[in-house]
Amino acid sequence: MLAYLVRRLLTTILLVVAVSSAAFIITRLGAGHAIVIELGLRLDQKEIQRRMHELKLDQPILSQWGSWLAGLTRLDLGTSVYYNSPVAPIVGDRARNTALLATIAFLTALLIGIPPAFVVASRPGSIAARVIRATSLFMLSLPSFVTSLALVMFAARTGWLPAGGLTSSVAGMTFSERAIDVIWHLPLPVLALALPLAATFERLQTQALADALAQPSVRAARARGIPARRIVWRHAGRLAIKSVAGVGGLAFGALLSGSFAVEAVTAWPGLGRLTIEALRYRDLYLVAGCAAAGTTVLALGLLVADLVIAWSDPRVRDDLAGNRVEVPA
Amino acid sequence: MTRRLAGIALALLLLATIAAPFLAPHHPGERFPDHLDAPPTPIRIVDANGTWRRPFFYPMRIANRLERRFDEDRASPMPLAWFDGGRLVREAAGREPFLLLGADLSGRDVFARLIYGARMSLGIAVTAIIGAVSAGLLVGGLAGARGGPVESALMRLMDVLAVLPALYVVVVLRATLPLVLDASAIAALIAAILAAIGAPWIARGVRAIVSVERTADYAEAARALGASPWRILVVHLLPATRGFVVRQATLLLPVFVLSEATLSFVGLGLPDWVPSWGTSLREAADVTAIAAFPWILSPAIALFVVTLLVNLALGDRASDPSIS
Repeated sequence: MLAYLVRRLLTTILLVVAVSSAAFIITRLGAGHAIVIELGLRLDQKEIQRRMHELKLDQPILSQWGSWLAGLTRLDLGTSVYYNSPVAPIVGDRARNTALLATIAFLTALLIGIPPAFVVASRPGSIAARVIRATSLFMLSLPSFVTSLALVMFAARTGWLPAGGLTSSVAGMTFSERAIDVIWHLPLPVLALALPLAATFERLQTQALADALAQPSVRAARARGIPARRIVWRHAGRLAIKSVAGVGGLAFGALLSGSFAVEAVTAWPGLGRLTIEALRYRDLYLVAGCAAAGTTVLALGLLVADLVIAWSDPRVRDDLAGNRVEVPA
Repeated sequence: MTRRLAGIALALLLLATIAAPFLAPHHPGERFPDHLDAPPTPIRIVDANGTWRRPFFYPMRIANRLERRFDEDRASPMPLAWFDGGRLVREAAGREPFLLLGADLSGRDVFARLIYGARMSLGIAVTAIIGAVSAGLLVGGLAGARGGPVESALMRLMDVLAVLPALYVVVVLRATLPLVLDASAIAALIAAILAAIGAPWIARGVRAIVSVERTADYAEAARALGASPWRILVVHLLPATRGFVVRQATLLLPVFVLSEATLSFVGLGLPDWVPSWGTSLREAADVTAIAAFPWILSPAIALFVVTLLVNLALGDRASDPSIS
């Protein structure tokens, strides 16, 4: 298990380095740079040269990339020209907001998506089951981008919920007031993200339960007179974990993609918005930093999903324990 | 039955984009200065006196220019002109405009922009799908047929690409390429980027199918008859992937349409004056505009309809989370 963890952490680091390096190089090769915007009217060749030198932007691309990588090992992501401050704290702050949104949306999707599957599996063909199936197909077709627009309209027209943002940015709030304020801002982006995912979970879980019920052991149990409903509930927990964790990694990627759109619509100060800003201003170090943080969040999501699978399935767990030989020394 | 109907509806929708100049009452760029943010105009068959008449509409007249408030002018019902000037239906020449879904901030016909926007949005998506399928068949087919280190190298790359959140990749690629181009170049660029994002999903499945089929008796027989590896791949192995490719290509449609919309929404897609579902939704970035003029969200409903039709057409298999 430990060896597996080490290997997974190594691939995670590799993924983060590869993706952020790719973002760095692609952005560096692209035209334009933030200092042109920063300098604005003071734009003259000398000033550009001075600032380029200060930010080490006049170096050849490979050595620039090398020193950026060296900085990465110290968690120093360089300086943002646009914000005129180190990248790491900005990116960390925004990544936390995105991770908060994604995690709560994931849990909400589990909460909405899994229980109805048991109803469908234990009473297939009933009216309740049909309503659930139709609803989940409907929700599956509601992309987060569309739902967030609709919810913003709803919030703006009724005034029941704040229409966007993370806080109301009122000065002088105590910690608990701030916490309540954030919670008040959560339902809108969370629902937009969670609804299609909940529908996916419902469909997967229903399928998993149907497959499980088709197994000979279940038929034997039913032959002994145990009602289908009780069998369904007995298999419940483990099956739910397996079917969800099996796509957990992919779902997390989808959540990040979805949160990009939701952040754009609801003004949630997360990584997606920061990435757009960074790209719009051609802020090289900020772009690379966003890529690094985004990949880290994604890779951690994948890792957690794999660990949950391993933990829930003894066969996988044993495989992992026996895998020690494969790890390079 | 539902699945077939949804498939037909989807095909009709794609065909309808060709007929956009016929279906749309106005040119998508035409501005009606007296109808900025005008509300939708319903088609009526019963007038204020309770008498039945041929389909007509009451024109919207501005009641308060500051609040953009409009009133129906009940006194002057306007007849609809059918098949007039090469359009299916619009107002009679020189009369008040017929704005079925209202007007946007610049006084342009939302319905016309929705229909012309479908042309751009679905056109980009379909082009991207063709690109993604071609690239996916090539890469997946080669990897599956060749096997060995080529296969593992290609597939590792595809795995990494597939796990990245698609929208981030699209945005980064788009933003680093030249931003100011003419509209058709931007559309082509977006289609190319989307094709690159979609290709790994096709390639992975194609590789899996081809590498299984390769060992089947019929492939072995073709080999024994002296067929070249290329011939075996193209004539014998790739047809086996048809079902998978059709399903995956259909699943890519809403993903690509949404990507274009999001990209244009955040200002990295098509320029404002090109009608597309994404550019039309840009006005919805303003919360007060959404609240006051909800009809500007019409393209969002179109996005929902496309996604729903795809899910209905694919039946239960639509819940495959491997693409989203």
